[in-house]
Amino acid sequence: MATNVTMPQMGFDMTEGTIAAWLKKEGDAVVRGEPIAEIETDKTTIQIEAFASGILSKIVAPVGQKVPVGEVIAIIAEPGEVAQAPAEPTVTSGAAQRSVEPASSAPPPSTTVKATGVVVGPSVGSGRVIATPVARRIAEEHGVDLRQVRGSGPEGRITKADVEAFIAAMGAKPAPSVVERPAQPVAVSPQPAPQVPPAIEPPAPVAPAPSVAVAQKHPLSRMRQTIANRMVASKQQVPHFYITVEVEMDAALALREQINAALAAEGVKVSVNDMVVRAVALALRRFPNMNASFSPDGIELHSQVNVGVAVSVPDGLVTVTVRDADTKSLRQISAEIAAMAARAREGKMQPTDYGGQTFTVSNLGMYQVDSFIAIVNQPDAGILAVATAVPKPVVRDGQVVIRNMMNMTLSGDHRVTDGAEGAQFINEVKRLLENPWGLVL
Amino acid sequence: MAEITYREALRRALREEMQRDPTVVIWGEDVVAYAGGGAYGVTAGLAKEFPGRVRDTPIAEEAIVGVGIGAAMGGMRPVCEIMTVNFALVAWDQIVNHAAKQSHMFNGQIKVPMVIRTPNGHGRTAATHSQNFDAWFASIPSLKVVAPATPYDAKGLLKSAIRDDDPVVFLEHLQLYSTRGEVPDEEYLVPIGEADYKRRGAHLTIVTWGRMTIESLKAAQVLAQEGIEVEIVDLRTLRPLDYALALESVRKTHRVIVVEEGWRTGGLGAEIAATLQEIAFNELDAPIARVAGLEVPMPYAKNLERATLPFAEDVVAAARAMMHNEY
Repeated sequence: MATNVTMPQMGFDMTEGTIAAWLKKEGDAVVRGEPIAEIETDKTTIQIEAFASGILSKIVAPVGQKVPVGEVIAIIAEPGEVAQAPAEPTVTSGAAQRSVEPASSAPPPSTTVKATGVVVGPSVGSGRVIATPVARRIAEEHGVDLRQVRGSGPEGRITKADVEAFIAAMGAKPAPSVVERPAQPVAVSPQPAPQVPPAIEPPAPVAPAPSVAVAQKHPLSRMRQTIANRMVASKQQVPHFYITVEVEMDAALALREQINAALAAEGVKVSVNDMVVRAVALALRRFPNMNASFSPDGIELHSQVNVGVAVSVPDGLVTVTVRDADTKSLRQISAEIAAMAARAREGKMQPTDYGGQTFTVSNLGMYQVDSFIAIVNQPDAGILAVATAVPKPVVRDGQVVIRNMMNMTLSGDHRVTDGAEGAQFINEVKRLLENPWGLVL
Repeated sequence: MAEITYREALRRALREEMQRDPTVVIWGEDVVAYAGGGAYGVTAGLAKEFPGRVRDTPIAEEAIVGVGIGAAMGGMRPVCEIMTVNFALVAWDQIVNHAAKQSHMFNGQIKVPMVIRTPNGHGRTAATHSQNFDAWFASIPSLKVVAPATPYDAKGLLKSAIRDDDPVVFLEHLQLYSTRGEVPDEEYLVPIGEADYKRRGAHLTIVTWGRMTIESLKAAQVLAQEGIEVEIVDLRTLRPLDYALALESVRKTHRVIVVEEGWRTGGLGAEIAATLQEIAFNELDAPIARVAGLEVPMPYAKNLERATLPFAEDVVAAARAMMHNEY
């Protein structure tokens, strides 16, 4: 029997993938588990493996083609069998039945809600968007991301009216005002009107404001588009509040030097960021409401502490996820982040490298910044923006002394948490970093 | 413009075409003798006006259609009346295997310019006499099938059917014979294969034909009071189907209900819904809904017959549900 190879879903946001390369040709023998193609998603490039052993009898989707999740990209036939058309799964009512199951690899681990035990993934982009055809068409014409639109139809189906309401709410651009010309003066004389100049000169047309010529226009990469959509959605939907603290990092930096010196032979190279991630994970365990997500039905408290780490990559950034970071040693965290960041920069992330985070850390310490504020990475309740540790004069015991000071700014989702809780949480992170033995023992 | 009945409109069409063309003849059961002309009175008086051209036949539908086919092949334009559509089952072989196929099988050298007039649908006549076979006829290549809803369309379409060189199954409706509508005194034709807007509206498209056009118009009045403006596309011809208006309307309303009196499974509504989603998928804002008859042999009891058939209230209910996003 022929086996359909379908576009796998590599993460919650993925709705389609592009065939980056075929590693096998039609007619090649393939073994189950063997990489047969490279798929480019909006985040990364992933190798996909044969779902079955046999002959790659047909490549349905050529290189460069975008394919929705669940659709057939190739057919693996048993030796001797000739497969032509995709062996269609039995469907009863057409498009609505399209499978969204990930095909071969396990889905990224999802987090669970502690209170109810119901398994939930991040609330955004949990698979296929249900929308009517005309709603999809209008959304495409207006560049609307349907994942941001609330559907009023059965099962949350997005209708034309929902998209139009969304566009109206988003755009709300004032209609271009009409420049009214003054009425021409009317001659009142009954005599043949002499050709007199009008009493009022019509105003000279208003010159448009000089615009800057566009030198170059780069088409939006998929990553750029995703970042744009997610950041706009967060800034529009999440009421942010910000709290900044200054952390004395001398003890942490000293401990880090000791660790790296002692364990250099074992390849251990702990960064300041690794320590921040560890501190955040421990603090989150003590502040479960910061390890949470907003949903209209209630605050979802997550049973796992999965810390996302923003990683800069060419043309954008991705967030890699340290799962169960509160149960991992500094050494483990350090190794995992290093490996995931390397894969991210090479565009070879694995499905488990991203998504499912419950809180995010963004660190610009290496860029010599005094402080910055970050945009909440939905569906997290908060994000911590970590700046550069610099020697500064500070007052200790009535004396001005030099200490390495580092600013951290928490951005919180005010729907989930408030300033007082945010302040206590960020001070717990600060305490853990200023007393760093707690991070390793 | 005079208001006349659907029955009278049909009779006028027959009279005008018989006056115009001496090859037009009428054959059928009781078209002369019974109640002045035809079981439902359509041919009343025509036998006297056109001596020898209107003939009663034996109770033998296969023969009525078979003789009609032969006469048509020989140059006449017979209008064969089958007393009710149910008896067309007896003539099915003649209609499907002969009338419909001759022209194709003989490369167009033979034409079968005949009309088979028959009342389709229910009429307080129980299981074997209350059926809709519009979907069956409409599925046969080379037949033309029309199903007018109004006296105006009935007259104009019957005249076109008689002049058409292909066999035309002309589906009248028992419940429409006594309905009235304006019909011009002067001559006109309604072309076969053209749908017609019976009402304009922006919110919802109803695609229908025959009696359900009239029920849909009643429903539209109720819905209008609730602010739901439906657009009614009366197909008028069931083969060949004209999707132009339905498509135009769907592009405006994005919501469609197909309404038919007959059985839902394999009904013409299923065909229309399938085609519309093929040609207008990106226009749809809801699944295409169907209103159809219940799939049971028709009961004789009046209350049960009514419960079996779709009426205006069923169209209203479907339209409300669709506008409230329940589909």
